[in-house]
Amino acid sequence: MTALLETRGVWQRFGGLIANSDVSISVGRGEIVGLIGPNGAGKSTLFNLIAGVLPPTQGSIWFDGEDVTNMPAAERCQRGVGRTFQVGKSFETMTVIDNVIVGALVRNTVMREARRKAHKVLEFTGLAARADVLASDLVPAEKRRLEVARALATEPKLLLLDEVLTGLTPTEAQTGVALVRKVRDAGITVLMVEHVMEIVMPLVDRAIVLDLGKVLVEGKPSDVVRDPKVISAYLGDRHAVGA
Amino acid sequence: MDKAFAARRRRDLIIAAVLAGLAALAPLLIKDVYVQNILILTLMYAALSQSWNILSGYCGQISLGHALYFGIGAYTTELLFTKFGVLPWFGMLAGGVIAAIIAMGLGYPFFRLRGHYFVIATIVIAEIGLLLFQNWEWAGAAMGITVPVRGDSWLKFQFMRSKLPYFYFALVLCSLAWFVTWWLEDSKWGFWWRAVKDNPEAAESLGVVVFNSKMGAAAVSAFLVAIGGAFYAQFLAYIDPESVMGFQFSLLMALPAVLGGIGTLWGPVLGAAILIPMTELTRSYIGGSGRGVDLIVYGALIVAISLALPRGLVSLFSRSKAKGATR
Amino acid sequence: MGLLYGLIAVGLALIFGLMDVTNFAHGEFLMIAMYLSFFLFAFFAIDPLLSAPLVAAAMFVFGAVVYLLLVRFAMRAKANAGMVQIFTTFGLAIVMRGLAQYFFTPDYRSIPQSWLGGKTISVAGIFLPEPQLVGALVSIAAFAGLYLFVHRTDFGRALEATREDPGAVALVGIDKNRVFAFGWGLGAALVGLAGAIMAVFFYIYPDVGASFALIAYVTVALGGFGSVFGAFAGGIIVGLVEAVTALVLPPSLKSVGIYAVYLLVVFIRPRGLFGSM
Repeated sequence: MTALLETRGVWQRFGGLIANSDVSISVGRGEIVGLIGPNGAGKSTLFNLIAGVLPPTQGSIWFDGEDVTNMPAAERCQRGVGRTFQVGKSFETMTVIDNVIVGALVRNTVMREARRKAHKVLEFTGLAARADVLASDLVPAEKRRLEVARALATEPKLLLLDEVLTGLTPTEAQTGVALVRKVRDAGITVLMVEHVMEIVMPLVDRAIVLDLGKVLVEGKPSDVVRDPKVISAYLGDRHAVGA
Repeated sequence: MDKAFAARRRRDLIIAAVLAGLAALAPLLIKDVYVQNILILTLMYAALSQSWNILSGYCGQISLGHALYFGIGAYTTELLFTKFGVLPWFGMLAGGVIAAIIAMGLGYPFFRLRGHYFVIATIVIAEIGLLLFQNWEWAGAAMGITVPVRGDSWLKFQFMRSKLPYFYFALVLCSLAWFVTWWLEDSKWGFWWRAVKDNPEAAESLGVVVFNSKMGAAAVSAFLVAIGGAFYAQFLAYIDPESVMGFQFSLLMALPAVLGGIGTLWGPVLGAAILIPMTELTRSYIGGSGRGVDLIVYGALIVAISLALPRGLVSLFSRSKAKGATR
Repeated sequence: MGLLYGLIAVGLALIFGLMDVTNFAHGEFLMIAMYLSFFLFAFFAIDPLLSAPLVAAAMFVFGAVVYLLLVRFAMRAKANAGMVQIFTTFGLAIVMRGLAQYFFTPDYRSIPQSWLGGKTISVAGIFLPEPQLVGALVSIAAFAGLYLFVHRTDFGRALEATREDPGAVALVGIDKNRVFAFGWGLGAALVGLAGAIMAVFFYIYPDVGASFALIAYVTVALGGFGSVFGAFAGGIIVGLVEAVTALVLPPSLKSVGIYAVYLLVVFIRPRGLFGSM
């Protein structure tokens, strides 16, 4: 069976800067894959290429057996790519339920069904009690959840999570981890970008480490954390941050 | 939760029906032509502002050039009527369709623009329209068109003796614009528009085709405004570029919605109900001196309301409700 | 002519472009400045050229006061901040027009005799009307001054930083209100300068500002918000386009060319020629 998502030799240049060079990764159905790497490794760029924010300079992206390289984001969503944003991008003047309805409308054209679907997703993500609150009134952890809920409402095959666990308190992170597991158990493939390894490693089936725009290492989390290349990349980063 | 929502929708519909019913009875009590005139204008601006609100309020694309569509509605109707003898009813529809097509044609380049660049582009395009009509000899240039008097008839939508037919038409138009908004508010389009306004990038990631959403909003909005323009032309029985396409119309469409509550169902009606009579009354009671006191009062009120109630007058009603909901 | 538009636009470029505040009363600022210049001439026989600094100083105070009394609050609006700014300043514009009608009457006024009015000067065989020439020179000087001011002084940097991130600026001890009040004052002072010079060869009436305001917005947007040089370039382009259009089209259509060029430019470059925002 083919992979759900595949990037083949993807390059992205911004002027003289190379953000991704020759990145080929694949994500199988039902996996939770972690995309990690130090700051500036090109994770977010790759993430945006997969979500369809912009087309790659070179290379191709395949989703569910179809070339989606130049497909706009909205169409990819219809094919089954859901995503969250690192910087919360909720619809601030709309209520929580209305935020989720926007997502639900992709597969339910009848309003009543979209609304029902949205309520179900809110139950699933533990936001049901906040349904009628304005998105702008949510606390940051709830906003992250709303991002996930909105994406889930589009009934994705692949859910792209952009640093949903970063910056949360340990308890909040634990509930977040539980939610990601629950999503996978519902049959949705997950590709998550995280900066901090400690959070993701216990959660993912496979980790892909990017450094300087290239795939550095890829494999089981237990192997990856012990890989000297990964350690030096991260240590280098730590030192740089500490300095 | 669904029930509460459905109940609120139903309540809005019932309130609107009751208000429209009461308004329909108003002429029984109000015989004064001057007051009737104010009522007609209030209803018309409520309808226009409601239409403007679809593109600018719900979808968040602030247009200060809607006078263009207003003028197109007026001119299409009168040109077809005076040059080709086409009945105003058809002219009205034709005007609406033409305006919607132009709105979508302009949408192609315009909707790539953001913020101030977009707003200025809308002002500029309406000014271009105005200048072109002022110089278009066949369409009467700056002199405009006087609608020939053919006697009172519904067929020709022309009434000299009584203003009541205009009043009822304005009421229907206002109700229609309100109903369209009500209906769209709980539809895929309504949700798409609000999503596009709040965050286009996130909307796109949720399957919303941002560009199409804006186009849809522009077309509906322009169509309804053009119908209003056609009505106004018949009502005045005389049009010239400045009096149907001037910048002041763009502002008078935006103001009621802004004062009442932009992007809300009731904002435009509420805003128009207060603003238009106020405009007319200050103009005729204080403005008679020609010394600008009406402008001072009018301007000061706009400043005061925009500063005191940034969410519009509607927020006075919803605040207590919101408190109840979050508790 | 283009440089005159530039002069009107430069004040707007500061308020609208650099501080990102919509000022729909800009034309009315111009109108007030023209009246000031007129009355200084009518009552004290001070030539507009001499009174220009006085007018500019008065307008500085006026601009700062408008900011402190009104705009400050409009910018603080919790919802729909953009619309609140538009309509607060629009309301102000209407009030100012009303006040002008009340105190100055709607009559058209003009300054009949001045040092510059109606005179021409011959440069290399080409006759140039003096007021326009002076306007052009003042305009270039004003732009150069503003450019240096914004890019070379601490205040210019403070202004830019305040627009970018008022919160962070407050942390390093810059008072946002003082910076912006000063910016508004300066913007208004520049309009004052424009008004004083224009009073010489335009009729003065309460609605005079409206006819220039739109051109000024277009000029600023054409050059691109956030760029002083852009506004200057915008002014020159607008002037040239107007001159060319006047040759091809009837005078009543002369603005069409300017508007069309604006649309063309933003379709190709959605942030104007030199815009950063």
